[in-house]
Amino acid sequence: MDSLIDLMPELWIAAGETLYIVGLTLFFGGIGGLLVGLGLYLTRAGSILENRGVFVVLNLLVNIVRPIPFIIFLAAAQPLARVVVGTGIGNAAIIFTISLAASFAMGRIVEQNLLTVTPGVIEAARSVGAGPIRIIFTVLLPEALGPLILGYTFIFVALVDMSAVAGYVGGGGLGNFALLYGYRQFNPVVTWAAVLLIIVLVQLVQFLGNWLARKAFRR
Amino acid sequence: MPAPSPVVELREVSKVYPPTTRGGAEVVAIDKVSLTIDAGDVYGIIGYSGAGKSTLVRLVNALERSTSGEILINGQDIARLPERELRPVRLGIGMIFQQFNLLGSRTVAANVAYPLEVAGRSKETRRARVAEMLDFVGLGDKAGAYPDQLSGGQKQRVGIARALAGQPSILLADEATSALDPETTSEVLDLLGRVNKEFGVTIIVITHEMDVIQTLATKVAVMDQGRVIERGDVFDVFSNPQQAASARFVSTVVKGLPSSSELAVLRRRHPGRLVTLAFRDSSVDQARVFGEFADAGVTFEVVYGGINEIQGRSFGHLTLALAAPRTTDAAGDAAIDAALDRVRTLTTVTEVR
Repeated sequence: MDSLIDLMPELWIAAGETLYIVGLTLFFGGIGGLLVGLGLYLTRAGSILENRGVFVVLNLLVNIVRPIPFIIFLAAAQPLARVVVGTGIGNAAIIFTISLAASFAMGRIVEQNLLTVTPGVIEAARSVGAGPIRIIFTVLLPEALGPLILGYTFIFVALVDMSAVAGYVGGGGLGNFALLYGYRQFNPVVTWAAVLLIIVLVQLVQFLGNWLARKAFRR
Repeated sequence: MPAPSPVVELREVSKVYPPTTRGGAEVVAIDKVSLTIDAGDVYGIIGYSGAGKSTLVRLVNALERSTSGEILINGQDIARLPERELRPVRLGIGMIFQQFNLLGSRTVAANVAYPLEVAGRSKETRRARVAEMLDFVGLGDKAGAYPDQLSGGQKQRVGIARALAGQPSILLADEATSALDPETTSEVLDLLGRVNKEFGVTIIVITHEMDVIQTLATKVAVMDQGRVIERGDVFDVFSNPQQAASARFVSTVVKGLPSSSELAVLRRRHPGRLVTLAFRDSSVDQARVFGEFADAGVTFEVVYGGINEIQGRSFGHLTLALAAPRTTDAAGDAAIDAALDRVRTLTTVTEVR
């Protein structure tokens, strides 16, 4: 317990780092996921930009990346991280790799959320002369907003989970803190403090997500 | 009166879907349909589900692309136009749907404004037009409501306001009242009638409901297996269908001639002679027809049939069980024959055996 009090400054720094990693990966992975999800949705058979080739490739890519356990993906994507962000270790590398993995995971969720939009509504928009871009921004995304918010809340939890592995490649955050000061020092109180903070964080975000989604659904 | 000009003209239009399985047969959804719809018409398209009605109406605003043939909208062939050039054409064609298809994320007013946004109209123009349209459909007080807060009939009225916002010359109605209860249906049909009369909008309605045709349509086309098998004035097609398939469809909505199973029941109950008389318009004087039977001492009982009314004109069939109670069988038959001969000069008589 005393050691936890000594470690309080480090705990807050770690918590800040987790928020930093999760925030940025939510941003990049969220945009990536939106693009992948829209790509899957728009090019599937019968959709407004039907394109079998693009759909098959995207679908295959998502199916290949998604089942890989994140810690293995992290190691496997290290050379790619070096090319893209210039380093294979540290927060930059972990943010890149999580964003990449999250894009594919989120892509599938976005696709499923978009499929909840009634095809008739899209037909109605087409019938007044709306083109694909306009349909995406004025019909698809607004109509699927409630489910999309819940989807992003879900992926937030997955991002916190993925960020915990950051320590493996020299990144920071609560996961790294728990390993470094708790697990390896045989100090379960420290480990549990980190876990508790993660639980509180996830609860808060889930609460916020539910609230926003409810607002979007009620309209 | 000037000759009406066609606003929609289909010439030998076909829609063929590729085989669903490798080596399977192509699916012909629309089979060389030619159809002319004049300005101001309310054109009904009827037929069983799967006959191709929905596909046909979607060819008119190119939501479905035709495989061959010409589709002329106000004289312009749109059949081969690229998607981008179709958008202005679609603005001139409103469409309403069975499931309303309103945007749930937008208010009623924003739904009605949607086509105007797409057309790039200014904010002031949009606001004025939306208010005008909501007034027209009687929902001026619901501008700020969301579709979820409306009843089915109100939703369809918003759908109509949205479809008309861009001042189209053509309105396509795809089973627009099929999801509504009878009372709401008649309200929506009244509204569509006003759309036709007050704005001069040509309406194409797909339906399987007799009500819609009866109260709204001026002309009708009957579809079966991707083809238009019969067309003409509603009264002519319903009172005297020429094709077996259209007669079958008409008979499901207009009670007229007994089917063979109904006939078997009638036969059991009425062992005497059964005749079916056709009544069409004022050309047949019912009082005289029944007078002939009475004069000949022939009694009758109406056992089947009905008289229908379309656009103020009536038609129908009545099946009578005839008897001549005060004579012998042979004399009775002769009396009935004599009466029928005289009735035949007044209307069509079919002896049912």
